[in-house]
Amino acid sequence: MQEGAADPGLYDYHPYNNRKKITWPEGKTCAVWVAPNLEYYEVDPPIGPHRKPWPKPHPDVVGYSYRDHSNRVSHWRMADVMDRHGFPGSVSLSVALCQHHPEVVADGVSRGWEFFSHGIYNTRYSYGMDEAQERAIIEDSIKTVQDATGQRIRGWLAPALTHTPRTLDLIAEYGLDYTCDLYHDDQVQHVKTASGNLASIPYSLEVNDHYGFNVYGMAGREYADSLIKQFERLADEGEKSGTVMCIPLHAYLIGQPHRIGPFEEALRHIAADPRCWKARAGDIIDSWRAQQ
Amino acid sequence: MSLDPSYIEYPKRREGYDHDYYEWSNIHTRAPVRWPEDKSVAIFLCVSLEYFPITPEDEPFRAPGHMVTPYPDYRHYTVRDYGNRVAVFRMLDAFAKAGVKASFAVNAAVAERYPKLIEAVQAGGHEIVAHSTDMNGTIASSMSEADERALVGDALARLEAATGEKARGWLSIARSQSWRTVDLLKEHGLSYCCDWVNDELPWRFRNGLANLPLSVDLSDRQIVAVQQHSAEAWAQMMRDAFDWLSDEAAAQTSARVLPMQLTPYIMGQPFRIAALEDLLTDLANREQSWFASGSDIVSSWEAQQ
Repeated sequence: MQEGAADPGLYDYHPYNNRKKITWPEGKTCAVWVAPNLEYYEVDPPIGPHRKPWPKPHPDVVGYSYRDHSNRVSHWRMADVMDRHGFPGSVSLSVALCQHHPEVVADGVSRGWEFFSHGIYNTRYSYGMDEAQERAIIEDSIKTVQDATGQRIRGWLAPALTHTPRTLDLIAEYGLDYTCDLYHDDQVQHVKTASGNLASIPYSLEVNDHYGFNVYGMAGREYADSLIKQFERLADEGEKSGTVMCIPLHAYLIGQPHRIGPFEEALRHIAADPRCWKARAGDIIDSWRAQQ
Repeated sequence: MSLDPSYIEYPKRREGYDHDYYEWSNIHTRAPVRWPEDKSVAIFLCVSLEYFPITPEDEPFRAPGHMVTPYPDYRHYTVRDYGNRVAVFRMLDAFAKAGVKASFAVNAAVAERYPKLIEAVQAGGHEIVAHSTDMNGTIASSMSEADERALVGDALARLEAATGEKARGWLSIARSQSWRTVDLLKEHGLSYCCDWVNDELPWRFRNGLANLPLSVDLSDRQIVAVQQHSAEAWAQMMRDAFDWLSDEAAAQTSARVLPMQLTPYIMGQPFRIAALEDLLTDLANREQSWFASGSDIVSSWEAQQ
């Protein structure tokens, strides 16, 4: 990015009308990818200068144990629902989960999920890192995920969405293909970086379950309805040029007993639509690249 | 300026948790649990009986639901009192009508100030769970060990003196604990707490104290007061939760707990109470449901470990 400039120079303006037609495999109009965030929040992380990890003095029992629900209860609930409707996961992974709860990571691997990095912990923020520190977390991510899953990560969602001005250049330099941190489009877009070949894949904040439940305070049924509406519109518009819908999830939110049933109904609806391409993030990038 | 080098060091990066309070466990692969009479979903009704002094304290933090306006905040003080004078009796009647048992998490000050309310709770056969001294009795690591020990001891002694019974369970205000709370609760002879929301069955800390998870997400405070849904929408969520849990329990031949935390001044309002009454009647008639006190749930679980 152009550090200090008003426009960070991440991408060119590229209006939605009259775009080149993207066609997804078998003529599908909307690529739907599900992005479970498999996270680990530390109970007593160091407190850096830029952001406080927990609102309460440590231990923040509710904050910590709420997220622990993912790794004891709701991960499998969410994953089973995805499996039943044929959606593979593309995982935004706190890579230290590979050490803390390898069973959860192995479960995703056994379901054929793709893994990308969401930092080491969701309680360590990139703000203020120097280049060597940032390289260390990227290299740690590549190695940790490789060792745990056999996969080389292709994507990045910054830990707790925290960045430095050099993050995108660095991940592109390490050969990563996609970033989930830019929210400017409903289609895959090229990102300008110093080297490499980086694309932005739509990863929604607005239909992220965190926004749905924690920001907008939706009921599970309202959230499920918003997913269906989001899909219907994007599938319609995708007739002109293929769109992308991401369903970003956190098991401790979507996997609560009062929400998971309505969520399953939304997935059932979307899965049954012939316009839906159930894809992994990497599949979407590959198909898009092949059409450039 | 770069960050301190320790910021990218991870001394607790290891298998299992980054703390020693309890062990990791996957609910779906644990030995199955069954409730009495082969019921599969225990419904843990937990009613908070809170006394908010009109003189709020901010150390270690101000409790959720506490005073808002400059002193004297008649508005919030009296609405909370409405819960203890009026609304809770609607709830007690609703429980009696549906034939269900609940646990009441009681500030010691409520027990001292309103003995007739405690009489009614006990006459209904409900459990009394300790819930600190009053709503100024919050806990966090910023307080000293001596202060915290005194708070827990004072809350338990005053509650026992006022109710004539020794509480087995503890609910911290806002479920907020310090690093020491789990040990202090054990030291004071408690059997379980409800503060950690990470599971849907009871589990045990390494020190022997049990935890009965009481979901924040499923509380009336979260759904009605924070997220601003209607009582009817809340009841729909409870039915959705019950349906999911009973199906999951059947598929896994194991059991689950559905926690339902109620606040009299919220769910006991005249325009909301019918949604609770209808829900209780509906769920009490389901063959999978077991309405039980926290103590009974923990005891049943313990007997199967």
